[in-house]
Amino acid sequence: MTDPSAAYEVVIGLEVHAQLRTRSKMFCGCPTAFGAPPNSQTCPVCQGMPGSLPVINRRAVEFGVRTALAFHCRVNASCRFARKHYYYPDMPKNYQISQYEEPLAEDGWLELQADGQPRRIAIQRLHLEEDVGRLIHEGTLETAHASLVDFNRSGVPLMETVSQPDVRSPEEAAAYLRAFRAVLLYLGVCDGNMEEGSLRCDANISLRRWGAPDLGTKVEIKNLNSFKNVQRALEFEALRQREALDRGERIVQETRLWDADRGRTRTMRGKEQAHDYRYFPEPDLVPLELSRASVEAVRADLPELPAARRQRFVREYGLPTYDADLLTQTRALADYYEAAVREVPHPKLVSNWMMSELLRAIPADDERALAASPISPRHLAGLLRLVADGTITGKIAKDVFEKMFRSGEDALTIVGREGLTQIADTAALGAVVDQVLRANPKAVEDWRRGKKAAAGALVGQVMKATQGKANPSVVNSLLEAKLSQL
Amino acid sequence: MGGRIETREVEQVARLARLELSAEEKERMREQLDRILGYIDKLRRLDTEGVPPTSHAVPMVNVMREDEPRPCLPPQEMLANAPDRSGDFFRVPRIIED
Amino acid sequence: MITQLTVHALVEQFRRGAATPSAAARAYLDRIAAVDPSVRAYITVTPERALAAAAAADARWRAGRPLSPIDGVPIAVKDLLCTKGVRTTCGSRILEHFVPPYDATVIERLEAAGTVLLGKTNMDEFAMGSSTEHSAFFATRNPWDLARVPGGSSGGSGAAVAADLAAAALGSDTGGSIRQPAAFTGTVGLKPTYGRVSRYGLVAFASSLDQIGPFAKDVIDAALVLRVIAGRDPLDSTSADVPAPDFVAELGRPIEGLRLGVPQEYFVEGMDPEVEASVREAIEVLKRLGGRAEPISLPTTDYALAAYYLIAPAEASSNLARYDGVKYGSRAAGARDVIDMSSKTRAQGFGPEVKRRIMLGTYALSAGYYEAYYGKAQKVRTLVRRDFDAAFARVDVIVAPTTPNLPFKHGEKEDPLAMYLNDVLTIPVNLAGLPGVSVRCGFSLAGLPIGLQFIGRPFDEATLLRAAHAYEQATGWQTRRPPLP
Repeated sequence: MTDPSAAYEVVIGLEVHAQLRTRSKMFCGCPTAFGAPPNSQTCPVCQGMPGSLPVINRRAVEFGVRTALAFHCRVNASCRFARKHYYYPDMPKNYQISQYEEPLAEDGWLELQADGQPRRIAIQRLHLEEDVGRLIHEGTLETAHASLVDFNRSGVPLMETVSQPDVRSPEEAAAYLRAFRAVLLYLGVCDGNMEEGSLRCDANISLRRWGAPDLGTKVEIKNLNSFKNVQRALEFEALRQREALDRGERIVQETRLWDADRGRTRTMRGKEQAHDYRYFPEPDLVPLELSRASVEAVRADLPELPAARRQRFVREYGLPTYDADLLTQTRALADYYEAAVREVPHPKLVSNWMMSELLRAIPADDERALAASPISPRHLAGLLRLVADGTITGKIAKDVFEKMFRSGEDALTIVGREGLTQIADTAALGAVVDQVLRANPKAVEDWRRGKKAAAGALVGQVMKATQGKANPSVVNSLLEAKLSQL
Repeated sequence: MGGRIETREVEQVARLARLELSAEEKERMREQLDRILGYIDKLRRLDTEGVPPTSHAVPMVNVMREDEPRPCLPPQEMLANAPDRSGDFFRVPRIIED
Repeated sequence: MITQLTVHALVEQFRRGAATPSAAARAYLDRIAAVDPSVRAYITVTPERALAAAAAADARWRAGRPLSPIDGVPIAVKDLLCTKGVRTTCGSRILEHFVPPYDATVIERLEAAGTVLLGKTNMDEFAMGSSTEHSAFFATRNPWDLARVPGGSSGGSGAAVAADLAAAALGSDTGGSIRQPAAFTGTVGLKPTYGRVSRYGLVAFASSLDQIGPFAKDVIDAALVLRVIAGRDPLDSTSADVPAPDFVAELGRPIEGLRLGVPQEYFVEGMDPEVEASVREAIEVLKRLGGRAEPISLPTTDYALAAYYLIAPAEASSNLARYDGVKYGSRAAGARDVIDMSSKTRAQGFGPEVKRRIMLGTYALSAGYYEAYYGKAQKVRTLVRRDFDAAFARVDVIVAPTTPNLPFKHGEKEDPLAMYLNDVLTIPVNLAGLPGVSVRCGFSLAGLPIGLQFIGRPFDEATLLRAAHAYEQATGWQTRRPPLP
């Protein structure tokens, strides 16, 4: 019998809220720094005091346009803000200034890698809005008698990007989010820090029978704040819906909350309690009319984006797709790679060392850690130059790398001080080989009887005698010559 | 003569507007809204086909500020009017979903 | 009596050293203590602050270095303008103890000009009303007849200026809330073009309609105050980057040849005959001054009120959502949870008129009704604007009654709709964002003042004030005083 689950296609759409890396809030001059003491970064505007009025942050709009262009969206010639109404104690005005009928941009796409193949996920819209405050519950949300409100985050600029329901699996959802984050980091519009809430994701998921023309009833899942949680929550939800459908039940349209601790989703509110947001144009702000010239100026200023850079790494440096994909994850990482290759023209060597050594110490997607790396691209290149020209062996180089990472010194300093330079001189090594042959008559005898593997042990002895500095190929050819002469 | 708005709708709107209304207030509100909406109904007689909406009396566009931080107000000033607080937080009763 | 002087006459005394700002402030504070218990124009009086500001102004005048042409002038402001450290109630229980941590831009500008704040005036709760009976605290009385209302919502400011309890005052006008009380109290009340004066710190009623403007004893005074408060403010995105001319300098020019439009729709059925007679006579005066009056038509007028009673409540329902008992204002006790707390706080904190408009506005914006109500009203608004555009292609200023009726008695208009109809001649100006001014144009047999309204092109307050000033100079109406001690 076939697996009944194979009968359904999973359909996912993603909404991502990205906090923009502006210096001040969306509609007032308060700073946006994370982790400040409660209610220390507020003013009448972001606390919704009577009489206060919003004024649009120009850079937030520019960041929105930059992102929209990177996602190949159409930037609308005219857009406006609207008020979205619902009551919640973390929302100072009990309406959020957002965009509704006329968003900043529409109709674009994001390319991601699915099974090594490029795939485009359509983007429906991109708009700007303000964040709400933060609630701290005295106990858990369910048991708390009271909650505390901090408005520091209130008014921080957010960019909401809504995809079309083009995502076809939980893994692909995670891949979308990774690619999304990479683009934002390349553009410098968001710090991408998911733990601090700089990037937050909601998902819509439904199942339909293969080939069915209509979409199934969708469920919205909130609170997906890491790549792992996006995938886990959607896997859980796909399974839950699949089992319900298999039992002949109907899916209820609702909003569910992902509980990462329990590894399950649970009902937040049903459709019958759906909000009536009562959107209307924000009368305190005037429309934006972005001229074609101003949009083109932003376009001209766009950096090379991950997909293009990945392709260029393959083309220009002859890297395998796998390497290119990994090294272009963040702009800082790719910049690091290119800076190193400029110093030492061995693209694959640099790639190998970055993937095997550097990224063991520094997470690939952590731009801040990379910027603080004790080994600069120039230092890495310096080390690899010594490897490439045979000054040190690969084995020694790994030790030198560790030392460089700990001390921040360059390779030459360490190699010079510790006398780690490779010995390739035939006369010097010949003497060592002679010594080793004399000291190991049994191995020599074994070799003569045809046990050629005995040569390996002899090489090991030579390396040991030279503290690993001997050039392995010189040692090999010397040994071979001397053994055959015996 | 009445019937434009029902008590059920008054209750629904009051819920959206976060207004607790007594039974008596609901009925009075229903009657008054009904009369006002009756007057407003005259708009139906006016043909607005193809007329664009006006949301701002004086047309202006692209009013923005530079992304420059300005001083905030100190927490003690921002919290001075708080009906309830705990340290430098505003304090609210138990939160339940709507 | 120093409190009877116009602002420009008072300042002339400061200049000559015949009077000091401190003497003026003390005279006003004394008069407030004596007369305001019967007029009830003020919610809050700020004597210490006033005397301190006046003393500073004394020194500047003594040194011959006044900060502005109205330095040291005692002024009252409507209690919906935020004043740092001085409670700002909006005439509402919900903000009864609210003390803003910041000043409205107009307050900063008045202070930078050296004026002396006497206090905060009474108003209909959140500016919703036309009689100042809807204040949560008390009703203000009309200085011309204490049994009657001073109009509203800025009734406290109108009454204060009419009763010589302030040299000038600020109010706000969303649907007539400056011009109608100006007509009822016989003062000059100017509603500037939308965007002329910053709204930052004005507690919002209907954001796309609200505008701050002065009440004054004559047109020159109104021009002097407007000059100080007008101009672009980076904190208000809707404040226009249009230079404010020297409105006073413009006043002297004659109105010979000025084209005056008289809209037939503004002489409505059921209008008080005494009002109509006075306004018709005023138009004759303007003609004698060289104005060329001609009839015009503003055909959408009949629909403007209905559109207004969708737009203003819709915006109000949104603006007033913030009063939820979380951050400021009163909070109901004994709530089970946060929803219960907010619902009870709002039930207890808002008066019946505010609740009615919140309900109406929420309904008009709710799913399924938006297009039929709010959307439709926005289109009607376009038609109202087009009416005025067409009219101003032919005329320079429109002349009309400010209100169809005389000041009514307290408690006379119980029915909300009857109260709304009182604004029928002032509302179209707000929908179109135009400037309008009401000036005294006579009295009823019973001695109640009547208002004449001038309406101008956007940002053309200069022409508007010039016409109003010429009319005022040609008549002697402004010399009559209300029957007060």
